Amino acid sequence: MIENNLTIRIGGEAGMGLESSGAGFGKALVRAGLQVFGLPDFYSRIRGGHNFFTLRVSEKPLYAIENPVHLLLALDMETVRRHIDDMVEGSAVVYDSKDEAPDALRKPGVIFVPVPLTELAREIGGLDVMRNTVALGVATGLLGFDPRYVESVIRDNFAKKGDAVVESNLGCIHAGAEAAAPYQEQFVYRLAAIPDAPRRLFINGTQAFGMGALAGGCRFVAGYPMTPGSPVLIWFAQHAAKYGAVAKHVEDEISAINMAIGAAHAGARAMVPTSGGGYALMVEATGFAGITETPVVIYNAQRPGPATGMPTRTEQADMLFMLHASQGEFPRFLFAPGSVEELFHTGWNAFNLAERYQTVVMVLSDQFLADGFRTIAPEALDFDAVEIDRGALLTDEALEALETPYRRFQVTESGISPRALPGHPNAVWVATTNEHDERGAISEDPQNRTIQVDKRARKLHGAEHEAPALTRYGPDEASVTLVCWGSSYGPVREAVDRLDGAANMLHFNALEPFPPGAEDALRQAQKTVIVEMNATGQLEQLIRVRTGLVMDGAIRKYDGRPFRAAYIIEKLEEVA
Amino acid sequence: MATRADYKGQERPTWCPGCGDYGILNALTRALVEQNIAPHEAIVVTGIGCGSKLPHYMRINGLHTLHGRPVPVAQGIKLANHDLRVIVVHGDGDGYGEGLGHFAHEVRRNPNITELVQNNKIYGLTKGQYSPTSERGKRRSTTPQGSLEHPVQPLALAITHGANFVARGYPGQLNHLIDLIGQALQWPGYALVDILQPCVSFNRERAYDYYNERIYLLEEDETYDPTDRNLAWQRAQEWGDRIPIGVFYRGERVAGYELLEPALQKGPLVKQPLSRLNEAQIAGLFDELS
Repeated sequence: MIENNLTIRIGGEAGMGLESSGAGFGKALVRAGLQVFGLPDFYSRIRGGHNFFTLRVSEKPLYAIENPVHLLLALDMETVRRHIDDMVEGSAVVYDSKDEAPDALRKPGVIFVPVPLTELAREIGGLDVMRNTVALGVATGLLGFDPRYVESVIRDNFAKKGDAVVESNLGCIHAGAEAAAPYQEQFVYRLAAIPDAPRRLFINGTQAFGMGALAGGCRFVAGYPMTPGSPVLIWFAQHAAKYGAVAKHVEDEISAINMAIGAAHAGARAMVPTSGGGYALMVEATGFAGITETPVVIYNAQRPGPATGMPTRTEQADMLFMLHASQGEFPRFLFAPGSVEELFHTGWNAFNLAERYQTVVMVLSDQFLADGFRTIAPEALDFDAVEIDRGALLTDEALEALETPYRRFQVTESGISPRALPGHPNAVWVATTNEHDERGAISEDPQNRTIQVDKRARKLHGAEHEAPALTRYGPDEASVTLVCWGSSYGPVREAVDRLDGAANMLHFNALEPFPPGAEDALRQAQKTVIVEMNATGQLEQLIRVRTGLVMDGAIRKYDGRPFRAAYIIEKLEEVA
Repeated sequence: MATRADYKGQERPTWCPGCGDYGILNALTRALVEQNIAPHEAIVVTGIGCGSKLPHYMRINGLHTLHGRPVPVAQGIKLANHDLRVIVVHGDGDGYGEGLGHFAHEVRRNPNITELVQNNKIYGLTKGQYSPTSERGKRRSTTPQGSLEHPVQPLALAITHGANFVARGYPGQLNHLIDLIGQALQWPGYALVDILQPCVSFNRERAYDYYNERIYLLEEDETYDPTDRNLAWQRAQEWGDRIPIGVFYRGERVAGYELLEPALQKGPLVKQPLSRLNEAQIAGLFDELS
């Protein structure tokens, strides 16, 4: 028997409820004390096509998915066709017995389990769409997994829909488990609950960033639906009323960022969540925030571009675009958190930095990081560390004590000017996207221009310490150092584990400011191989520009699918 | 009591002598004084163009934004601090060209925003190209054979999208314009005052002489009922020998949509304490994930 170490995949057409089944089953496994990594893989369509949800299960923490599949829940034959190559000896395919499983699809050593999924769903629940619940029941039966965990999730998820819905879903689980009984003996994989396991969370990047931002005082979110960025807008919309925030789905991304700038100008902590194409529409307003020194947070969950690209897929190709977006020059922050923990931390810290430095803070995520679920301890989201620091914001008392007329863009040594919000009689002021003097009046004076450009730039001269140091993982000394940023953290970390001493990792969480210790760390590496999900080597270019260092090798992937440790190890042999 | 001196700015306008923007600045200032609104209680949000420099020429909170974008910026301000009087001022290129989409969406939301449009039917700051509200056939540098487009109909568009206060003013009738802006400021929801602004440098055929010959006051037309939406929609498109100004439509006094936001029931967003989440709130978030 192989216990608590396997990958389950449920696949079918869009509209079959795969995401809720996958996330729900994942939550049940986490309630049983197991460690789960979950990842939806969807096409950009509402019906048809082929979607699947992968759940990798272990007793140890997981950071990515892997290819070998041990249990495939195939709601249609297309799922078998697409994934049979990933099935290993001793694995099982559960399929709907109303479909024929042609011999050509049958792989030696793989157990085929025909179950009347749709028929049972119709009989018990009255709805064909409940076949996914029957399939989860089959999974519990084959894996010998205590059904109470799945039942508890069903009770929680369907409670609002009434007892009848809960009961029919539970009936589907039981019928599925029963149908699995004749096949259980041949199947060697088992899932066993871990007694007395501590409570853990099953959380994706969207949720982690949303929670971080909310904890950090974000109270205004405006956006326009664009996968995979809009889940943060949706998350906020669903929490807004309860937590005292305003979340608006508006007419377009241009409106979204301009509204956020307006809200921030008035004093709210404001954010725009989007994806690359949406951000492209926000570029002009990025400069608006830059020159008016308005704190605003921009979250970009990247997907492959250019233009529409592959809407539901993943890539890391917007880094240099974000870094340089807008005409003219002004300082900005650019972060690339690599994990749900870092997304949470960046989520609240971004709002402090935006207000302290009175400028734009950009956060890069991507579909893999935003949609991928990890299992973490609740303490890993460090709410105790959260602080709300509004920087040089003038209080009413300070404004009442003003002795000279208020100058919003006052030239200071740090470049940061005391900031008043509109509404106080002692600080009636104008901000403009034109170049301006200290009072905010339009100015084309050459000397003033130079002074104001320098003043804005100076704000970040002393801000290098705001960039987290590179994350090191693995042995101190290794023959290869894998260099990465953003979401590649997880798969690279797993590759380092598997290489068992032969490699270590340096991960960039911050890109601007460029982390101060990065150059030394890279120079100390014996051999550097950079791992990133784009075609042109964007971090590689940035490192070269900022340090003059040339990496020894590169692993680049831009097929829209995330890295896996096995892929990195395989490619490493070619480049190292 | 607010006075005109309170609103006196430090900068001299860069507008041409005779520009309609002087009258609009004057009318806005006098309307604010008449409504007893102090400069710190209001914010003027503008786009880009000659007229959009207006907040620099008075003493008031101002946000001089991007071309075409003052409307969403103003809505963000209103949602963040609905205690502020939010006044949007922009030109026709700004609001009916680059920002036409934002305009329509703003109207259908009904925020409590007063929108004043300096509609001179020309691009002034870029030296005289035809604008979205120019009449068809306008010959200018970018339309040497004459424009082929029909003009945008802002008043009819606003009425169509649910605006409840839709008016047109003219700086040549200053007291009338002050009164219109005053009514707009008193309106509880969205209010539009489109203003026929003579551009004496680049649109001389639509300057004072043209308008003075044609303008009539809707208030003096005894047959006109500004609560009749269909009639308003029709009259909003009357243009030619006779050009109406005044209140075209006065519908229901519906309060601003920002007041419907659950988070704003306790007061303006920026006046609510910004504190860390408490234990119960954190526990609630964790419960969703386990």
